[in-house]
Amino acid sequence: MKVAAQDVAYVADLANLELTEEERARMLRDLNSILEYVERLSELDTDKVAPMAQVSDRYGEDGSRQGSDRFAYASRDDVKEGLRKSLPHDVAVKNAPDTDGTFFEVPKVIER
Amino acid sequence: MIPGKEIAGKDAGLGAGLTIDEIRNAIMEERTTATALATDFYDRIRKEDPEIGAFLTLCQERALAQAGLIDQMAAEGQPLPPLAGVPVAIKDVMVTSGVRTTAGSKILDNFIPPYDCTAVARLEAAGAVILGKLNCDEFAMGSSNENSAYHPVHNPRDKSRVPGGSSGGSAAAVAAEMAVATLGSDTGGSIRQPASFCGVVGLKPTYGRVSRYGLIAFASSLDHIGPFAKTVKEVAQVLRTIAGRDPMDSTSAEVPVPDYVAELEKPVKDSGKTIKIGVAKEYFGSGLDPEVRAAVEAAIQKLAELGCEVVPVSLPHTEYAVPTYYIVATAEASSNLARYDGVRYGFRAKADNLSQMYRETRDGGFGMEVKRRIMLGTYALSAGYYDAYYLKAQKVRTLLTRDFDDAFKKVDVIAAPTCPTPAFKLGEKVNDPLAMYLADIYTVTANLAGIPGISVPCGENHEKLPIGLQLFARHFDEATLLRVAHAYERSSLGENRA
Repeated sequence: MKVAAQDVAYVADLANLELTEEERARMLRDLNSILEYVERLSELDTDKVAPMAQVSDRYGEDGSRQGSDRFAYASRDDVKEGLRKSLPHDVAVKNAPDTDGTFFEVPKVIER
Repeated sequence: MIPGKEIAGKDAGLGAGLTIDEIRNAIMEERTTATALATDFYDRIRKEDPEIGAFLTLCQERALAQAGLIDQMAAEGQPLPPLAGVPVAIKDVMVTSGVRTTAGSKILDNFIPPYDCTAVARLEAAGAVILGKLNCDEFAMGSSNENSAYHPVHNPRDKSRVPGGSSGGSAAAVAAEMAVATLGSDTGGSIRQPASFCGVVGLKPTYGRVSRYGLIAFASSLDHIGPFAKTVKEVAQVLRTIAGRDPMDSTSAEVPVPDYVAELEKPVKDSGKTIKIGVAKEYFGSGLDPEVRAAVEAAIQKLAELGCEVVPVSLPHTEYAVPTYYIVATAEASSNLARYDGVRYGFRAKADNLSQMYRETRDGGFGMEVKRRIMLGTYALSAGYYDAYYLKAQKVRTLLTRDFDDAFKKVDVIAAPTCPTPAFKLGEKVNDPLAMYLADIYTVTANLAGIPGISVPCGENHEKLPIGLQLFARHFDEATLLRVAHAYERSSLGENRA
């Protein structure tokens, strides 16, 4: 077993999940089964292989240029309004579960 | 008014079975109106969808307003845009201004986006009428649509079976003729696999071909938007509309968009150059259903008869694709889904302090598969495991991409099955996440490499379940991909339909 019950608790904590006892038990079983399957990646020697984070790393415009220069088309002038106007305040908070109309309201953060 | 085309054995409503061109022409010649068509499609949805479950939200007001604009243009004799009056529907992972967008999740149950996804806006600007939002696996995580927090989708071809996923609603809506074309998203096969299961055409374009602005993120380096329709030509028409650089998505590439529809008509064999079709043995190994194998091999034979040259190629790292995918995708997902914390939008659980509010919101708002993937991704990124899992998977991603680079030095298109089996039964794999992940074995490679892939129907098994032929091409060579798919489709269906 790669993952133990305490690992599930630790990872859930990192992910801001609580999980029920039943969910933790199931997670323990499923994560071990999936990670066992993933283990086959270690069969491959990748010491000299560069990692690939993005497809566009490989076909960015103008291959003769280096690094972010290849993606020069993606940059724009730094103008005041940006690409489009920001959402009006009332629209931006419209989906908020709790708002005073100016801010998003949340339960108390600091006890005093 | 024109009557709907007769469809054998079905009580087709007005408009059902019409193509994009037929609809536009009928409106232009004032034989029907966009409003009448939209109304008929809504009637059809109300009649058919209770047994299928493809739609989550209908937006009749928005649809009829758009239809009214098209009808006014037709009445004034103005030239009509390319998708004028075409009833379409959108997977519910693309945001729509003023229309509820859930991503199939309870955590966004009440979310009304304040803006439109670029692909949706481009469809509407081209005259399409958006009927509603389509069911999918929660946050597009799944291969059967059974992870929808609302209800499963039933495959219109056999209602005891899944439509595939995660864009199950998008495939089913086209198959059941409740929309002429739909948009889906594909992170590991979520357009091509349901297209195969439901017997329709589904295209995942090159990464960067279609803007992802307004697509609710699952795994940003793997997510793609693409079209579903009954025919390759209609898929090409939708792609032409939604493709191209968008300043709102910096990964959308500045590569010119060819006229895909015109490209379709080019012959696959002409005096200049023969199209070479690669066949990789790694896509025909154990686990491939014999009837699927036979249908795909027959389709490849048909391509050879059409004048393509069939060439063996090797994609030696294919067996590592699913484990690579499930590390990369879940790692990105764990990061992307951190935003659902109950603060700015969506569901919020009641709690006394902020930290508890985050946890209870996420616990109550996310379904089991989403939590499983967040957990796996968080684990793969956590201190001590990053190198062994995430970095390792990124390196294998390079190897998988090189496989395609090497193959595409020899061939123009690669042919393979879309899925190892036809549609499975609802409930069959729901308790075995690994078995479910393996349904994506032939599709995830194209997402990791970013190359375009299409699924085209290529026959049925003995239970009349559809089988899909999958074709891949080089980055940004959708034109060749669509041309080969169109040639195959025309030869298999006869000239009339395709």
